[in-house]
Amino acid sequence: MLMNSKKIIQVEHLKYEYPQSNQHLALNDLSVEINAGEWVAIIGHNGSGKSTFAKSLNGLLDLQNGSIVIDGLPLAMETVWEIRKKIGMVFQNPDNQFVGATVEDDVAFGLENQGIERAIMQTRVTDAIERVGMTDYTKREPSRLSGGQKQRVALAGIIAQQPEILILDEATSMLDPEGRREVLETIHQLKQETNMTVLSITHDIDEAASADRIIILDDGQVVDQGTPAEIFAYGQRLMALGLDVPYPEKLKAALTTLAVPMPSEYLTTERMVDYLWTLHSKM
Amino acid sequence: MNKLILGRFMPGDSILHRMDPRAKLVASFYYIGIIFLARSWPAYAVLFVFTMSLVLISKIKLDFFIKGVRPLLWLILFTVLLQIFFTRGGHIYWQWGFLTLTRYGLLNGAYIFMRFVLIIFMSTLLTLTTPPLSLADAIESLLKPLKAIRFPVYEVALMLSIALRFVPTLMDETTKIMNAQRARGVDFGEGGLFKQMKAIVPILIPLFVSSFNRADDLATAMEARGYQGGEGRSKYRILKWQTMDSLAMVAMAILTVILIVLR
Repeated sequence: MLMNSKKIIQVEHLKYEYPQSNQHLALNDLSVEINAGEWVAIIGHNGSGKSTFAKSLNGLLDLQNGSIVIDGLPLAMETVWEIRKKIGMVFQNPDNQFVGATVEDDVAFGLENQGIERAIMQTRVTDAIERVGMTDYTKREPSRLSGGQKQRVALAGIIAQQPEILILDEATSMLDPEGRREVLETIHQLKQETNMTVLSITHDIDEAASADRIIILDDGQVVDQGTPAEIFAYGQRLMALGLDVPYPEKLKAALTTLAVPMPSEYLTTERMVDYLWTLHSKM
Repeated sequence: MNKLILGRFMPGDSILHRMDPRAKLVASFYYIGIIFLARSWPAYAVLFVFTMSLVLISKIKLDFFIKGVRPLLWLILFTVLLQIFFTRGGHIYWQWGFLTLTRYGLLNGAYIFMRFVLIIFMSTLLTLTTPPLSLADAIESLLKPLKAIRFPVYEVALMLSIALRFVPTLMDETTKIMNAQRARGVDFGEGGLFKQMKAIVPILIPLFVSSFNRADDLATAMEARGYQGGEGRSKYRILKWQTMDSLAMVAMAILTVILIVLR
Protein backbone atom coordinates (compact mmCIF):
# COMPACT_ATOMS: atom_id res chain seq x y z
CA MET A 1 0.00 0.00 0.00
CA LEU A 2 1.39 3.32 -1.05
CA MET A 3 0.96 5.95 1.61
CA ASN A 4 2.26 9.26 0.44
CA SER A 5 1.10 11.67 3.07
CA LYS A 6 -0.56 13.97 0.53
CA LYS A 7 -4.06 14.71 1.73
CA ILE A 8 -6.22 14.51 -1.39
CA ILE A 9 -9.53 15.07 0.36
CA GLN A 10 -9.87 17.35 3.35
CA VAL A 11 -13.28 17.94 4.83
CA GLU A 12 -13.76 20.15 7.85
CA HIS A 13 -16.85 20.80 9.96
CA LEU A 14 -19.29 19.93 7.22
CA LYS A 15 -22.92 20.58 8.05
CA TYR A 16 -25.83 19.91 5.75
CA GLU A 17 -29.54 20.17 6.24
CA TYR A 18 -32.06 19.11 3.60
CA PRO A 19 -35.00 21.45 3.10
CA GLN A 20 -38.16 20.26 4.92
CA SER A 21 -36.18 18.02 7.22
CA ASN A 22 -37.14 20.21 10.21
CA GLN A 23 -33.80 20.89 11.81
CA HIS A 24 -32.45 17.38 11.27
CA LEU A 25 -28.89 17.64 10.07
CA ALA A 26 -27.94 15.07 7.43
CA LEU A 27 -24.32 15.94 8.06
CA ASN A 28 -23.42 17.22 11.48
CA ASP A 29 -19.96 18.73 11.91
CA LEU A 30 -18.25 16.06 9.85
CA SER A 31 -14.48 16.16 9.40
CA VAL A 32 -12.58 13.62 7.31
CA GLU A 33 -9.12 13.45 5.80
CA ILE A 34 -8.25 11.02 3.04
CA ASN A 35 -4.76 10.37 1.68
CA ALA A 36 -3.90 10.03 -1.99
CA GLY A 37 -3.95 6.43 -3.14
CA GLU A 38 -5.97 5.22 -0.20
CA TRP A 39 -9.03 2.99 -0.44
CA VAL A 40 -11.57 4.13 2.11
CA ALA A 41 -14.93 2.51 2.78
CA ILE A 42 -17.64 4.58 4.38
CA ILE A 43 -20.28 2.53 6.13
CA GLY A 44 -23.34 3.37 8.14
CA HIS A 45 -27.02 2.49 8.28
CA ASN A 46 -29.62 4.10 6.03
CA GLY A 47 -29.94 7.81 6.70
CA SER A 48 -26.54 8.12 8.35
CA GLY A 49 -25.53 10.75 5.77
CA LYS A 50 -23.26 8.60 3.58
CA SER A 51 -24.71 9.61 0.22
CA THR A 52 -25.10 13.23 1.29
CA PHE A 53 -21.40 13.26 2.08
CA ALA A 54 -20.54 11.76 -1.32
CA LYS A 55 -22.66 14.26 -3.21
CA SER A 56 -21.25 17.25 -1.39
CA LEU A 57 -17.67 16.26 -2.29
CA ASN A 58 -18.07 17.22 -5.95
CA GLY A 59 -20.51 20.03 -5.41
CA LEU A 60 -23.73 18.25 -6.36
CA LEU A 61 -25.11 19.62 -3.12
CA ASP A 62 -24.39 23.21 -2.14
CA LEU A 63 -22.05 23.68 0.78
CA GLN A 64 -23.94 25.21 3.65
CA ASN A 65 -21.25 25.09 6.23
CA GLY A 66 -17.69 23.93 6.58
CA SER A 67 -15.03 23.51 3.93
CA ILE A 68 -14.01 20.90 1.38
CA VAL A 69 -10.57 20.89 -0.23
CA ILE A 70 -9.93 18.44 -3.06
CA ASP A 71 -6.33 18.02 -4.15
CA GLY A 72 -5.45 21.51 -2.92
CA LEU A 73 -8.50 23.16 -4.54
CA PRO A 74 -11.13 24.53 -2.19
CA LEU A 75 -14.63 23.69 -3.40
CA ALA A 76 -16.45 26.81 -4.53
CA MET A 77 -18.60 28.04 -7.42
CA GLU A 78 -15.55 28.83 -9.56
CA THR A 79 -13.71 25.58 -8.96
CA VAL A 80 -16.58 23.11 -9.10
CA TRP A 81 -16.01 22.03 -12.72
CA GLU A 82 -12.29 21.68 -12.15
CA ILE A 83 -13.03 19.46 -9.13
CA ARG A 84 -15.54 17.38 -11.06
CA LYS A 85 -12.81 16.54 -13.54
CA LYS A 86 -10.79 15.11 -10.67
CA ILE A 87 -13.64 13.06 -9.22
CA GLY A 88 -15.42 10.23 -10.99
CA MET A 89 -18.64 8.96 -9.47
CA VAL A 90 -20.50 5.72 -9.99
CA PHE A 91 -24.03 5.75 -8.61
CA GLN A 92 -26.38 3.10 -7.34
CA ASN A 93 -28.85 2.58 -10.14
CA PRO A 94 -27.25 1.14 -13.31
CA ASP A 95 -30.08 2.26 -15.56
CA ASN A 96 -30.40 5.84 -14.39
CA GLN A 97 -26.80 6.87 -15.02
CA PHE A 98 -26.58 5.53 -18.55
CA VAL A 99 -26.80 8.68 -20.66
CA GLY A 100 -25.66 7.49 -24.08
CA ALA A 101 -27.67 5.48 -26.55
CA THR A 102 -25.00 2.81 -26.86
CA VAL A 103 -22.06 1.67 -24.72
CA GLU A 104 -19.45 3.70 -26.61
CA ASP A 105 -21.61 6.83 -26.59
CA ASP A 106 -22.05 6.57 -22.86
CA VAL A 107 -18.33 6.14 -22.23
CA ALA A 108 -17.64 9.16 -24.47
CA PHE A 109 -20.20 11.39 -22.71
CA GLY A 110 -17.85 12.71 -20.04
CA LEU A 111 -15.13 13.38 -22.61
CA GLU A 112 -17.54 15.26 -24.86
CA ASN A 113 -18.36 17.49 -21.89
CA GLN A 114 -14.70 18.40 -21.56
CA GLY A 115 -14.56 19.23 -25.26
CA ILE A 116 -11.79 16.72 -25.95
CA GLU A 117 -10.77 16.18 -29.57
CA ARG A 118 -12.45 13.32 -31.36
CA ALA A 119 -9.25 11.43 -32.21
CA ILE A 120 -8.16 11.37 -28.56
CA MET A 121 -11.70 10.47 -27.52
CA GLN A 122 -11.74 7.41 -29.74
CA THR A 123 -8.56 5.93 -28.30
CA ARG A 124 -9.58 6.70 -24.73
CA VAL A 125 -13.06 5.23 -25.20
CA THR A 126 -11.69 2.05 -26.77
CA ASP A 127 -9.13 1.69 -23.97
CA ALA A 128 -11.66 2.26 -21.22
CA ILE A 129 -14.15 -0.22 -22.69
CA GLU A 130 -11.39 -2.78 -23.07
CA ARG A 131 -10.29 -2.27 -19.49
CA VAL A 132 -13.69 -3.20 -18.10
CA GLY A 133 -13.94 -6.13 -20.49
CA MET A 134 -16.86 -4.85 -22.57
CA THR A 135 -15.17 -4.77 -25.99
CA ASP A 136 -17.69 -7.18 -27.51
CA TYR A 137 -20.54 -4.92 -26.47
CA THR A 138 -19.31 -1.58 -27.83
CA LYS A 139 -22.35 -0.97 -30.04
CA ARG A 140 -24.94 -2.45 -27.67
CA GLU A 141 -27.90 -0.51 -26.30
CA PRO A 142 -28.37 -0.35 -22.52
CA SER A 143 -31.65 -2.27 -22.70
CA ARG A 144 -29.71 -5.33 -23.84
CA LEU A 145 -27.18 -5.29 -20.98
CA SER A 146 -27.35 -6.77 -17.50
CA GLY A 147 -27.11 -4.58 -14.40
CA GLY A 148 -23.50 -5.61 -13.77
CA GLN A 149 -22.56 -4.84 -17.36
CA LYS A 150 -24.18 -1.40 -17.12
CA GLN A 151 -22.20 -0.66 -13.96
CA ARG A 152 -19.02 -1.70 -15.75
CA VAL A 153 -19.89 0.72 -18.55
CA ALA A 154 -20.46 3.46 -15.97
CA LEU A 155 -17.01 2.61 -14.63
CA ALA A 156 -15.52 2.78 -18.14
CA GLY A 157 -17.05 6.23 -18.56
CA ILE A 158 -15.22 7.32 -15.43
CA ILE A 159 -11.94 5.61 -16.47
CA ALA A 160 -12.00 7.46 -19.80
CA GLN A 161 -12.07 10.75 -17.89
CA GLN A 162 -8.95 9.69 -15.96
CA PRO A 163 -9.90 11.14 -12.58
CA GLU A 164 -7.70 10.97 -9.49
CA ILE A 165 -10.55 10.05 -7.17
CA LEU A 166 -13.23 7.42 -7.70
CA ILE A 167 -16.35 7.58 -5.57
CA LEU A 168 -18.63 4.57 -5.52
CA ASP A 169 -21.99 5.63 -4.14
CA GLU A 170 -23.44 2.21 -3.33
CA ALA A 171 -22.44 1.21 -6.84
CA THR A 172 -22.87 -2.51 -6.21
CA SER A 173 -26.06 -2.48 -4.15
CA MET A 174 -28.40 -3.24 -7.05
CA LEU A 175 -26.34 -6.09 -8.47
CA ASP A 176 -26.44 -9.82 -7.93
CA PRO A 177 -23.46 -11.39 -6.13
CA GLU A 178 -21.90 -12.30 -9.49
CA GLY A 179 -22.15 -8.77 -10.91
CA ARG A 180 -20.96 -7.32 -7.63
CA ARG A 181 -17.85 -9.49 -7.67
CA GLU A 182 -17.11 -8.56 -11.30
CA VAL A 183 -17.38 -4.83 -10.70
CA LEU A 184 -15.27 -4.96 -7.54
CA GLU A 185 -12.57 -6.99 -9.27
CA THR A 186 -12.45 -4.46 -12.08
CA ILE A 187 -12.04 -1.63 -9.58
CA HIS A 188 -9.29 -3.48 -7.71
CA GLN A 189 -7.33 -4.02 -10.92
CA LEU A 190 -7.83 -0.42 -11.88
CA LYS A 191 -6.59 0.80 -8.53
CA GLN A 192 -3.43 -1.28 -8.84
CA GLU A 193 -2.68 0.20 -12.27
CA THR A 194 -3.46 3.85 -11.67
CA ASN A 195 -3.14 4.19 -7.92
CA MET A 196 -6.23 6.37 -7.73
CA THR A 197 -7.98 7.19 -4.49
CA VAL A 198 -11.13 5.13 -3.98
CA LEU A 199 -13.97 6.13 -1.72
CA SER A 200 -16.62 3.46 -1.51
CA ILE A 201 -19.89 4.13 0.21
CA THR A 202 -21.44 0.79 0.86
CA HIS A 203 -23.62 -1.62 2.76
CA ASP A 204 -21.67 -4.53 1.39
CA ILE A 205 -19.41 -5.90 4.05
CA ASP A 206 -17.07 -7.64 1.62
CA GLU A 207 -16.53 -4.38 -0.21
CA ALA A 208 -15.70 -2.72 3.09
CA ALA A 209 -13.37 -5.57 4.05
CA SER A 210 -11.16 -4.88 1.02
CA ALA A 211 -10.57 -1.25 2.04
CA ASP A 212 -7.45 0.16 3.69
CA ARG A 213 -9.56 2.08 6.14
CA ILE A 214 -13.19 2.04 7.23
CA ILE A 215 -15.06 5.10 8.41
CA ILE A 216 -18.33 4.56 10.27
CA LEU A 217 -20.92 7.31 9.98
CA ASP A 218 -23.90 7.63 12.25
CA ASP A 219 -26.28 10.56 12.32
CA GLY A 220 -24.05 12.64 10.06
CA GLN A 221 -20.98 12.25 12.20
CA VAL A 222 -17.89 10.06 12.16
CA VAL A 223 -18.38 7.61 15.00
CA ASP A 224 -15.29 5.55 14.46
CA GLN A 225 -12.58 4.73 11.96
CA GLY A 226 -9.85 2.17 11.60
CA THR A 227 -8.55 -0.75 9.59
CA PRO A 228 -11.09 -3.45 8.67
CA ALA A 229 -9.53 -5.76 11.28
CA GLU A 230 -10.03 -3.17 14.03
CA ILE A 231 -13.56 -2.30 12.97
CA PHE A 232 -14.83 -5.84 12.47
CA ALA A 233 -13.52 -6.90 15.86
CA TYR A 234 -16.41 -4.87 17.35
CA GLY A 235 -18.71 -7.63 16.19
CA GLN A 236 -21.90 -7.03 18.14
CA ARG A 237 -21.44 -3.26 18.29
CA LEU A 238 -21.63 -3.11 14.50
CA MET A 239 -24.96 -4.90 14.69
CA ALA A 240 -26.19 -2.20 17.06
CA LEU A 241 -25.27 0.42 14.44
CA GLY A 242 -27.47 -1.42 11.97
CA LEU A 243 -24.56 -2.91 10.04
CA ASP A 244 -23.78 -6.42 8.99
CA VAL A 245 -20.67 -8.21 10.19
CA PRO A 246 -18.48 -10.52 8.11
CA TYR A 247 -19.22 -14.24 8.14
CA PRO A 248 -16.24 -15.34 10.31
CA GLU A 249 -17.38 -12.81 12.92
CA LYS A 250 -20.88 -14.37 12.93
CA LEU A 251 -19.36 -17.82 13.25
CA LYS A 252 -17.26 -16.60 16.15
CA ALA A 253 -20.34 -15.28 17.95
CA ALA A 254 -22.19 -18.56 17.36
CA LEU A 255 -19.25 -20.66 18.61
CA THR A 256 -18.78 -18.46 21.66
CA THR A 257 -22.34 -19.24 22.74
CA LEU A 258 -21.38 -22.92 22.49
CA ALA A 259 -18.48 -22.23 24.88
CA VAL A 260 -15.78 -22.75 22.26
CA PRO A 261 -12.83 -20.49 23.13
CA MET A 262 -12.36 -17.79 20.52
CA PRO A 263 -9.75 -15.04 20.04
CA SER A 264 -11.02 -11.51 20.41
CA GLU A 265 -9.30 -10.05 17.33
CA TYR A 266 -10.92 -10.16 13.89
CA LEU A 267 -10.12 -13.17 11.74
CA THR A 268 -10.39 -13.37 7.97
CA THR A 269 -11.96 -16.50 6.51
CA GLU A 270 -8.55 -18.11 5.95
CA ARG A 271 -7.28 -17.30 9.44
CA MET A 272 -10.54 -18.61 10.85
CA VAL A 273 -10.01 -21.90 9.07
CA ASP A 274 -6.45 -22.07 10.36
CA TYR A 275 -7.60 -21.29 13.88
CA LEU A 276 -10.30 -23.95 13.81
CA TRP A 277 -8.11 -26.76 12.55
CA THR A 278 -5.36 -25.97 15.03
CA LEU A 279 -7.83 -25.67 17.89
CA HIS A 280 -7.71 -29.35 18.81
CA SER A 281 -4.29 -30.31 17.58
CA LYS A 282 -2.05 -31.23 20.52
CA MET A 283 1.21 -30.31 18.80
CA MET B 1 -46.89 -3.32 -29.33
CA ASN B 2 -45.01 -5.70 -31.59
CA LYS B 3 -47.41 -5.05 -34.46
CA LEU B 4 -46.03 -1.57 -34.89
CA ILE B 5 -43.66 -1.67 -37.85
CA LEU B 6 -43.43 2.07 -38.37
CA GLY B 7 -40.49 3.32 -36.36
CA ARG B 8 -38.86 -0.10 -36.08
CA PHE B 9 -35.28 -0.58 -37.14
CA MET B 10 -33.99 -3.68 -38.96
CA PRO B 11 -30.23 -4.13 -38.76
CA GLY B 12 -28.76 -4.88 -42.17
CA ASP B 13 -25.91 -4.09 -44.47
CA SER B 14 -27.35 -2.71 -47.68
CA ILE B 15 -26.44 0.49 -49.53
CA LEU B 16 -29.44 2.14 -47.89
CA HIS B 17 -28.29 1.10 -44.43
CA ARG B 18 -24.90 2.65 -45.02
CA MET B 19 -26.20 5.97 -46.32
CA ASP B 20 -25.89 9.18 -44.35
CA PRO B 21 -29.09 9.53 -42.27
CA ARG B 22 -29.33 13.20 -43.24
CA ALA B 23 -29.49 12.27 -46.93
CA LYS B 24 -32.11 9.63 -46.19
CA LEU B 25 -34.23 11.98 -44.12
CA VAL B 26 -34.13 14.80 -46.67
CA ALA B 27 -34.69 12.44 -49.61
CA SER B 28 -37.66 10.71 -47.94
CA PHE B 29 -39.39 13.96 -47.13
CA TYR B 30 -38.68 15.32 -50.56
CA TYR B 31 -39.99 12.15 -52.17
CA ILE B 32 -43.21 12.32 -50.17
CA GLY B 33 -43.54 15.88 -51.40
CA ILE B 34 -43.11 15.09 -55.09
CA ILE B 35 -45.56 12.18 -54.96
CA PHE B 36 -48.22 14.88 -55.08
CA LEU B 37 -46.88 16.02 -58.44
CA ALA B 38 -47.99 12.79 -60.08
CA ARG B 39 -51.36 13.03 -61.79
CA SER B 40 -51.15 10.41 -64.51
CA TRP B 41 -50.67 6.66 -64.75
CA PRO B 42 -47.22 6.81 -66.32
CA ALA B 43 -46.04 9.06 -63.50
CA TYR B 44 -47.39 6.66 -60.89
CA ALA B 45 -45.80 3.76 -62.73
CA VAL B 46 -42.41 5.51 -62.49
CA LEU B 47 -42.90 6.20 -58.77
CA PHE B 48 -43.99 2.64 -58.15
CA VAL B 49 -40.98 1.17 -59.94
CA PHE B 50 -38.68 3.56 -58.10
CA THR B 51 -40.06 2.68 -54.67
CA MET B 52 -40.00 -1.03 -55.38
CA SER B 53 -36.40 -0.93 -56.56
CA LEU B 54 -35.47 0.85 -53.30
CA VAL B 55 -37.24 -1.91 -51.36
CA LEU B 56 -35.23 -4.45 -53.33
CA ILE B 57 -31.96 -2.61 -52.63
CA SER B 58 -32.71 -2.55 -48.89
CA LYS B 59 -32.79 -6.39 -48.87
CA ILE B 60 -35.72 -6.30 -46.44
CA LYS B 61 -38.59 -8.72 -46.96
CA LEU B 62 -41.69 -7.21 -48.54
CA ASP B 63 -43.79 -8.64 -45.68
CA PHE B 64 -42.56 -5.88 -43.41
CA PHE B 65 -43.87 -3.19 -45.75
CA ILE B 66 -47.20 -4.94 -46.15
CA LYS B 67 -47.40 -5.14 -42.36
CA GLY B 68 -46.64 -1.43 -42.20
CA VAL B 69 -49.66 -0.69 -44.41
CA ARG B 70 -52.00 -3.02 -42.53
CA PRO B 71 -52.77 -0.87 -39.43
CA LEU B 72 -53.71 2.02 -41.73
CA LEU B 73 -55.79 -0.11 -44.12
CA TRP B 74 -59.16 1.08 -42.77
CA LEU B 75 -58.14 4.70 -43.02
CA ILE B 76 -56.99 4.18 -46.60
CA LEU B 77 -60.17 2.35 -47.62
CA PHE B 78 -62.37 4.99 -46.00
CA THR B 79 -60.58 7.82 -47.80
CA VAL B 80 -60.59 6.00 -51.12
CA LEU B 81 -64.32 5.25 -50.88
CA LEU B 82 -65.09 8.86 -50.03
CA GLN B 83 -63.10 9.94 -53.08
CA ILE B 84 -64.85 7.44 -55.34
CA PHE B 85 -68.39 8.32 -54.39
CA PHE B 86 -68.13 12.05 -53.94
CA THR B 87 -65.95 13.16 -56.85
CA ARG B 88 -68.03 14.32 -59.78
CA GLY B 89 -67.12 14.64 -63.44
CA GLY B 90 -66.46 12.48 -66.47
CA HIS B 91 -68.61 9.55 -67.52
CA ILE B 92 -71.25 8.50 -64.97
CA TYR B 93 -71.41 4.72 -64.52
CA TRP B 94 -73.91 4.49 -61.71
CA GLN B 95 -75.98 6.77 -59.56
CA TRP B 96 -78.01 6.33 -56.39
CA GLY B 97 -79.28 9.34 -54.50
CA PHE B 98 -76.27 11.49 -53.64
CA LEU B 99 -73.77 8.69 -54.36
CA THR B 100 -72.33 8.72 -57.86
CA LEU B 101 -69.79 6.45 -59.42
CA THR B 102 -67.94 8.44 -62.07
CA ARG B 103 -64.83 7.99 -64.15
CA TYR B 104 -63.02 10.77 -62.32
CA GLY B 105 -64.07 9.40 -59.00
CA LEU B 106 -62.58 6.01 -59.78
CA LEU B 107 -59.40 7.57 -61.08
CA ASN B 108 -59.06 9.79 -58.01
CA GLY B 109 -59.68 6.86 -55.73
CA ALA B 110 -56.95 4.83 -57.42
CA TYR B 111 -54.52 7.78 -57.21
CA ILE B 112 -55.20 8.32 -53.52
CA PHE B 113 -54.68 4.64 -52.86
CA MET B 114 -51.35 4.67 -54.70
CA ARG B 115 -50.27 7.81 -52.85
CA PHE B 116 -51.00 6.30 -49.47
CA VAL B 117 -49.16 3.10 -50.23
CA LEU B 118 -46.12 4.90 -51.64
CA ILE B 119 -45.89 7.28 -48.67
CA ILE B 120 -46.18 4.45 -46.14
CA PHE B 121 -43.64 2.33 -48.02
CA MET B 122 -41.17 5.19 -48.13
CA SER B 123 -41.48 6.18 -44.48
CA THR B 124 -41.29 2.52 -43.44
CA LEU B 125 -38.17 2.18 -45.57
CA LEU B 126 -36.63 5.17 -43.83
CA THR B 127 -37.21 3.83 -40.33
CA LEU B 128 -36.34 0.24 -41.19
CA THR B 129 -32.93 1.15 -42.58
CA THR B 130 -31.98 3.89 -40.11
CA PRO B 131 -31.26 3.37 -36.40
CA PRO B 132 -33.33 5.85 -34.33
CA LEU B 133 -30.14 7.31 -32.93
CA SER B 134 -28.83 8.22 -36.39
CA LEU B 135 -32.18 9.85 -37.12
CA ALA B 136 -31.75 11.97 -34.00
CA ASP B 137 -28.26 12.90 -35.18
CA ALA B 138 -29.61 13.77 -38.60
CA ILE B 139 -32.33 15.97 -37.12
CA GLU B 140 -29.74 17.77 -34.99
CA SER B 141 -27.52 18.33 -37.99
CA LEU B 142 -30.38 19.59 -40.17
CA LEU B 143 -31.63 21.96 -37.46
CA LYS B 144 -28.21 23.61 -37.09
CA PRO B 145 -29.14 26.68 -39.18
CA LEU B 146 -31.81 27.43 -36.56
CA LYS B 147 -29.05 28.27 -34.07
CA ALA B 148 -29.03 31.69 -35.72
CA ILE B 149 -32.48 32.41 -34.28
CA ARG B 150 -31.45 31.20 -30.80
CA PHE B 151 -33.19 27.84 -31.17
CA PRO B 152 -31.59 25.41 -28.66
CA VAL B 153 -30.63 22.80 -31.27
CA TYR B 154 -28.18 20.92 -29.10
CA GLU B 155 -30.54 20.63 -26.13
CA VAL B 156 -33.39 19.41 -28.33
CA ALA B 157 -31.11 16.78 -29.85
CA LEU B 158 -29.96 15.64 -26.40
CA MET B 159 -33.57 15.35 -25.22
CA LEU B 160 -34.41 13.37 -28.32
CA SER B 161 -31.54 10.93 -27.88
CA ILE B 162 -32.21 10.48 -24.14
CA ALA B 163 -35.90 9.92 -24.89
CA LEU B 164 -35.02 7.30 -27.51
CA ARG B 165 -32.59 5.63 -25.15
CA PHE B 166 -35.23 5.35 -22.41
CA VAL B 167 -38.07 3.98 -24.56
CA PRO B 168 -37.14 0.30 -24.08
CA THR B 169 -36.33 0.87 -20.40
CA LEU B 170 -39.72 2.46 -19.76
CA MET B 171 -41.46 -0.25 -21.79
CA ASP B 172 -39.92 -2.89 -19.54
CA GLU B 173 -40.95 -0.95 -16.50
CA THR B 174 -44.53 -0.60 -17.74
CA THR B 175 -44.74 -4.37 -18.20
CA LYS B 176 -43.33 -4.89 -14.69
CA ILE B 177 -45.80 -2.48 -13.12
CA MET B 178 -48.70 -4.06 -15.03
CA ASN B 179 -47.76 -7.52 -13.86
CA ALA B 180 -47.27 -6.31 -10.30
CA GLN B 181 -50.71 -4.71 -10.35
CA ARG B 182 -52.23 -7.81 -11.94
CA ALA B 183 -50.77 -9.84 -9.10
CA ARG B 184 -52.68 -7.56 -6.74
CA GLY B 185 -55.91 -8.12 -8.60
CA VAL B 186 -56.14 -5.22 -11.05
CA ASP B 187 -57.94 -6.27 -14.23
CA PHE B 188 -56.64 -4.74 -17.45
CA GLY B 189 -58.80 -4.81 -20.57
CA GLU B 190 -61.90 -5.87 -18.69
CA GLY B 191 -65.28 -4.20 -18.31
CA GLY B 192 -66.65 -1.05 -19.90
CA LEU B 193 -64.75 1.98 -21.15
CA PHE B 194 -64.94 3.83 -17.85
CA LYS B 195 -63.71 0.83 -15.89
CA GLN B 196 -60.83 0.29 -18.29
CA MET B 197 -59.79 3.91 -17.96
CA LYS B 198 -59.78 3.56 -14.17
CA ALA B 199 -57.59 0.48 -14.43
CA ILE B 200 -54.93 2.54 -16.25
CA VAL B 201 -54.39 4.81 -13.22
CA PRO B 202 -52.42 2.22 -11.18
CA ILE B 203 -49.99 1.97 -14.09
CA LEU B 204 -49.74 5.61 -14.97
CA ILE B 205 -49.02 7.10 -11.56
CA PRO B 206 -46.15 4.77 -10.57
CA LEU B 207 -44.70 5.19 -14.05
CA PHE B 208 -44.85 8.96 -13.70
CA VAL B 209 -43.27 9.01 -10.26
CA SER B 210 -40.49 6.67 -11.28
CA SER B 211 -39.81 8.79 -14.37
CA PHE B 212 -39.32 11.78 -12.10
CA ASN B 213 -36.88 9.82 -9.97
CA ARG B 214 -35.09 8.61 -13.07
CA ALA B 215 -34.77 12.13 -14.40
CA ASP B 216 -33.39 13.28 -11.07
CA ASP B 217 -30.80 10.50 -10.94
CA LEU B 218 -29.83 11.01 -14.56
CA ALA B 219 -29.38 14.76 -14.11
CA THR B 220 -27.17 14.12 -11.08
CA ALA B 221 -25.07 11.57 -12.95
CA MET B 222 -24.74 13.90 -15.94
CA GLU B 223 -23.59 16.79 -13.75
CA ALA B 224 -21.12 14.58 -11.92
CA ARG B 225 -19.63 13.74 -15.30
CA GLY B 226 -19.12 17.40 -16.07
CA TYR B 227 -22.15 18.22 -18.21
CA GLN B 228 -22.53 22.02 -18.37
CA GLY B 229 -24.83 22.38 -21.37
CA GLY B 230 -24.32 22.39 -25.10
CA GLU B 231 -21.53 24.97 -25.20
CA GLY B 232 -17.96 23.80 -25.58
CA ARG B 233 -18.79 20.14 -26.11
CA SER B 234 -17.09 18.00 -28.71
CA LYS B 235 -18.91 15.25 -30.55
CA TYR B 236 -18.02 11.57 -30.47
CA ARG B 237 -20.34 10.57 -33.26
CA ILE B 238 -20.02 12.30 -36.61
CA LEU B 239 -21.98 11.90 -39.81
CA LYS B 240 -20.11 11.36 -43.07
CA TRP B 241 -21.58 12.53 -46.36
CA GLN B 242 -20.45 10.13 -49.08
CA THR B 243 -20.74 9.96 -52.87
CA MET B 244 -23.71 7.66 -52.42
CA ASP B 245 -25.63 10.41 -50.66
CA SER B 246 -24.92 12.96 -53.37
CA LEU B 247 -26.09 10.39 -55.94
CA ALA B 248 -29.33 9.99 -54.00
CA MET B 249 -29.88 13.73 -54.24
CA VAL B 250 -29.19 13.65 -57.98
CA ALA B 251 -31.65 10.77 -58.35
CA MET B 252 -34.28 12.85 -56.59
CA ALA B 253 -33.68 15.74 -58.98
CA ILE B 254 -33.95 13.47 -62.04
CA LEU B 255 -37.14 11.96 -60.64
CA THR B 256 -38.63 15.42 -60.18
CA VAL B 257 -37.90 16.29 -63.82
CA ILE B 258 -39.45 13.01 -65.05
CA LEU B 259 -42.56 13.59 -62.96
CA ILE B 260 -42.99 17.13 -64.26
CA VAL B 261 -42.67 15.85 -67.84
CA LEU B 262 -45.17 13.03 -67.28
CA ARG B 263 -47.84 15.16 -65.66
